[in-house]
Amino acid sequence: MITVAMTSHLYRFFPELESREITVPAGSVAEVLRAVNDFAPGFTDYVLDERGALRRHVLVAVNKTILVDRKTLTDRVPEDGMVYVFQALTGG
Amino acid sequence: MPNTILLGTRKGTVILERKNSQWQPQPIMHEGIPVCYAARDPRDGTLWASLDHGHWGPKLSRSRDGGATWQDALSVKYPEGARHIVQYLPTPDFDPESPQGQPEYKNSTVYKIWNIAFGSSSQPGRLYAGTIPGGLFVSDDGGDSWELNRPLWNHESRGGDLFAGEATSRNQWGGTPASIDYGVFEPGIHSIVIDPRDSEHLYVAVSSAGVLETTDGGKSWASRNRGMLMDYLPDPQAEWGHDPHFVTACPGQPDHLWQQNHCGVFYSKDGAQTWKKVSVPEVGVHFGFPIAADAQDGRTAWVLPARADSERMTIDGGLFVARTTDGGQSWQSFRSGLPQNNAYDIVYRHGLDAAGDCVCFGSTTGNLYLSEDRGENWQCLGNNFPPVYSVRFS
Repeated sequence: MITVAMTSHLYRFFPELESREITVPAGSVAEVLRAVNDFAPGFTDYVLDERGALRRHVLVAVNKTILVDRKTLTDRVPEDGMVYVFQALTGG
Repeated sequence: MPNTILLGTRKGTVILERKNSQWQPQPIMHEGIPVCYAARDPRDGTLWASLDHGHWGPKLSRSRDGGATWQDALSVKYPEGARHIVQYLPTPDFDPESPQGQPEYKNSTVYKIWNIAFGSSSQPGRLYAGTIPGGLFVSDDGGDSWELNRPLWNHESRGGDLFAGEATSRNQWGGTPASIDYGVFEPGIHSIVIDPRDSEHLYVAVSSAGVLETTDGGKSWASRNRGMLMDYLPDPQAEWGHDPHFVTACPGQPDHLWQQNHCGVFYSKDGAQTWKKVSVPEVGVHFGFPIAADAQDGRTAWVLPARADSERMTIDGGLFVARTTDGGQSWQSFRSGLPQNNAYDIVYRHGLDAAGDCVCFGSTTGNLYLSEDRGENWQCLGNNFPPVYSVRFS
């Protein structure tokens, strides 16, 4: 299983994701995020645009590696891996 | 007299309520989130706010209990296959015949939901949303689902039906500087005017393209820019390329339309078939962003003049409102109650509203002013609001 961690700012919009370990089946980053959306409907609308690409100011890392494919999210997450969803530091 | 004012601000939605002749702001909603537009649907009282999340994308938020609770309306999305032609500012060595001069297509996504408009009472549930990059969305179920208006999106002035394939005409819509915040240079729909006599009759205004009209409920659209003048293109009377900052109409005389444009103030008394420039730069009435029309008298309008497009400041450090009651032939300036020194307020395109004898505006420096005598005398309702993006009576 894959564990998903995220910025606490998202808990404001998805309180059901707070204070719990989020684990989903192994797959691509796109599949992982869709699985989180099953827990919290609307989640992917916050981190992805309507084309399924990562929003401009969102950053995703797989283990310690920043996501390579931001457009179709095909990066494979290894079994027992971690996916982190951050806000990109784009402000001052 | 209206009893409620809604503000969309850099840090959330604010409702001010009038009680015992005093206007009191209620605790801010959508705390910390930029709200580029907020308004109440007059048909059923639903509150709407367009959220401009910095990280999480544009969202429509809806409250059916007067602001006690809000829910996302998530489905303002460009459909699969929606594309638009990328607009670049040409460089000095730009060669239109080169491969770089050919249309470059981009899959469309919503950058900003810039405006929300409510259908007539004969169309309950009908809503409109104007977006950057230039799509008009329509809902017929109170905002549960939205559909892109394809005739406008596929208009020949944008290159034709790009769902079907390559462009069949030249794109003549330019970008709006308001899109630069999103790292793009795309057009945006900021004004939606619905004819109260005929729900099939609408106008939209696009920055930077101009005004378009439909008389068949959005099945077809035509430019309505005759009489408009640009001072930044070689042909000032070209059909396209105009930069309306805001367009509105008099509800009681809907053939009277007003336009604060980048290049001056324009007025139409024939349903936008022709426009007439009614700026009087000598009295400061020329550049600005918002414009408000009187509810009954089509010849009366208010503007918030600003200094020059290249500076965007108050004129000589003083804030004033100008009003015409004769279709723009003459303008009166009103300064009573407004700061006349060291004021740097700019009022954005949705930051001014009029209802009956009341006129209200909010500024980029967080000041909110109200007049209860048609703009002649002003009272300050607060100096410490966040930068104000929209002001609407309800």
